[in-house]
Amino acid sequence: MFERVESLTARRSASLPRRGRTLLGLAVVAIIAGVVAVTCAAATSRQAAPSFATACGSKPVTLEGYFETGFPDIIDLTKEFTRQHPTAKWHIRQDQFAVITQNAPLTLSGPNPPDLMRLPQVSGLIHDGLLKNLNGYYKQYGWNRFPASQLASLRAAPAGKPRGGGPLWAMGVNYSLTGVFYNKGLAAKIGMKSPPKTLAELDALLAKAKAAGITPIVQFNGGATGGLLFPLQQLMTVYGPPNPINEWIFNKPGANIDTASNLKAADHLQGWIKAGYFNTDANATDYATMMSKFMHGDGLLIFDGDWESGNFDKNMAGKVGFFLMPGLTAKAKHAAMSAPLSYGIAAKAPHADCAAFFLNWVATNPKARQINVAVGGSNPGGPPNLPIPTTRPNSVTAQTLAAGKVVASQNGAMDFIANATGAIYAQSWTPAVQKLFGGQTTPDDVLKTVQSDYEKQVKSGA
Amino acid sequence: MTDTATSGPRSVGAPSRTSASRTLLARVRDVRLQGWLFVLPALVAYGLFVLWPIVKTFKYSLYSWDGVAPAQWVGLDNYKTVFTDHDLVGALEHAFKLIIYFSGIPVVLGLIVASIMRRVATPRLGSAARTVLFLPQVVPLVAAGIAWSWVLSTTGVVNQALSALGLGGVTRAWLGDFGTALPAVGLIGAWVLLGLCTVLLLAGMSKIDPQLYEAAQLDGAGPVREFFSITLPSLRHEIGVCVTVTVIAALSAFDIVYISTRGGPGDASMVPGLLIYQLAFFNREVGLASALAVVLMLLVLACVLPIQWLTRRGDES
Repeated sequence: MFERVESLTARRSASLPRRGRTLLGLAVVAIIAGVVAVTCAAATSRQAAPSFATACGSKPVTLEGYFETGFPDIIDLTKEFTRQHPTAKWHIRQDQFAVITQNAPLTLSGPNPPDLMRLPQVSGLIHDGLLKNLNGYYKQYGWNRFPASQLASLRAAPAGKPRGGGPLWAMGVNYSLTGVFYNKGLAAKIGMKSPPKTLAELDALLAKAKAAGITPIVQFNGGATGGLLFPLQQLMTVYGPPNPINEWIFNKPGANIDTASNLKAADHLQGWIKAGYFNTDANATDYATMMSKFMHGDGLLIFDGDWESGNFDKNMAGKVGFFLMPGLTAKAKHAAMSAPLSYGIAAKAPHADCAAFFLNWVATNPKARQINVAVGGSNPGGPPNLPIPTTRPNSVTAQTLAAGKVVASQNGAMDFIANATGAIYAQSWTPAVQKLFGGQTTPDDVLKTVQSDYEKQVKSGA
Repeated sequence: MTDTATSGPRSVGAPSRTSASRTLLARVRDVRLQGWLFVLPALVAYGLFVLWPIVKTFKYSLYSWDGVAPAQWVGLDNYKTVFTDHDLVGALEHAFKLIIYFSGIPVVLGLIVASIMRRVATPRLGSAARTVLFLPQVVPLVAAGIAWSWVLSTTGVVNQALSALGLGGVTRAWLGDFGTALPAVGLIGAWVLLGLCTVLLLAGMSKIDPQLYEAAQLDGAGPVREFFSITLPSLRHEIGVCVTVTVIAALSAFDIVYISTRGGPGDASMVPGLLIYQLAFFNREVGLASALAVVLMLLVLACVLPIQWLTRRGDES
């Protein structure tokens, strides 16, 4: 089109006097400028984020939510949303994550799919066409302003795999971070003045705790919950970069968890097990029991995530510290599991636009961001130019938020190895690390078995 | 009707007999129809909720299906996997081991307890003992599983008692140890089923003629001889029922295992019921889960039918 405008101008200018040509030139420039301005204005209006009325309508609307139990932040967010937008009400159903995982396909394919749903591993759901493609909202709301790494794990090819690229299928309500929480009182007893800066220092700390009769690490690993994956994945990032791990989680072709660096990590973990650094009943300890033990002072460390920061600030104020897993050297880059608390919209959701408006509101509304930090203890994510709500200095929440900045600046965020396939956690990782703890298998076998199961599951779409 | 048929003239009697037999036939048909009508609601429910799901399960077992996307015909491949996959075969082995705990202990212990109660307990004490023993049947299995997971934890009552007896070296997380997880689950099952077996066997003992015991005592038989010569043979039916119910409970165990160990640690206490659930709802391999379910059903029948046959064979002889 621009080529056509230029050619017409050139032909006319050749047959007119100089002054006339000048006037005509100015007029053409003005017309072009006007056209460009109108075009830009139109483009701008197309990119403007929809208002509440546009997305949710002016009539009362009741959004159906299917959320995970034990996460009060999302409930508080829905309440605040209704407070700000009284015509939007919520009807919320809550279940344990395992129940949501097993129910997800039937719930999303049923006659009354939820508008917004806490999502388990999404590949199978995308493959079956059960989730709404959020690319349209991505453009409407300008989610391109979000750091790309925040949304990477929520992208997948329309076939469901590989993940990490392609259309957007879910959004994080907040972004969790994992690391090591420690009991300050017990740490003082063994002379720990500051968090360890290297893995060797951490090893020395664990040995000191053991010698002092303190359980060095309390970790859950019982039932269907392989909690030793937390230290294992942290150790994997000590011995190797996080990118290959992410590629494995995202089902990139040829990805392999059975690598030399991961074997070193598994060996190191086995060393901790053999040294008796974990609670002896780890294989019979569930998550709640681990938390109870740690909060009763029955262990120096736990490997856990920042979703507990608010809990520690409330119930153990000033008694808990947090540090990122140290590397082999003090200058080594930090990496950590930093996954979004993912929520998606059903493909057949009746109020999909309103649910998308809510997701955008959660990431950008100052009050919503405050709730995410104060109640959830997690990074609210969203555009990086938006400020992180303030927290009490030296609180656990402040420490985990600061650690999140470090991980982001060092590009060390990675998804959780339990999310590689829908079945990998319950069927492969959990039995494998339980056997490793019980001395029933070797680190090499753990990685080989998981890789073998992974290949079968990726192939079958499990 | 009979009078008319037999006393009337021959010329009249023939058609009269015919009409009588027709009436009789109609009545029989009526009775049959009424019987079927009475049975119909239960039959419809049985067909809808038992037979139809079995047919559908068998159908699913012949497909590769994730529960949502179109299914693909795979023939008997899922069955081949059931019999060749190490994990699936291991789960079936565990189910058979559980029979020792779910059937063996409750039936043997139930016989001993019932015999003792019959001989020594006063009516009031016997009633109280029956109530206490039957109580685990009333407690939901989920609650029982949770309570037992506390009892068997490292700081639970069992380990406290062992430590008090100076056996601190033996203490462990019973449900988290590879060597003890399955037996511990089995003992929870034994606890639940002991009451049922005891009450069933006590009911059976109450039907035994006391004169048999008196006669045996006159012949000089002691309590052990009485037990083996009178009590045990007389309880054949009750023992058959106990074994049938408990074997089914062992082979199809789910709730206790799900609550107490989830099949762990590793796969030390994995059972077919739990594996079917995991395959269907986590792995989304509905076809394979259905194949395992069909195999489990056939195994239960293969175990239960001989028990029933043995029990009835005694009756015929």
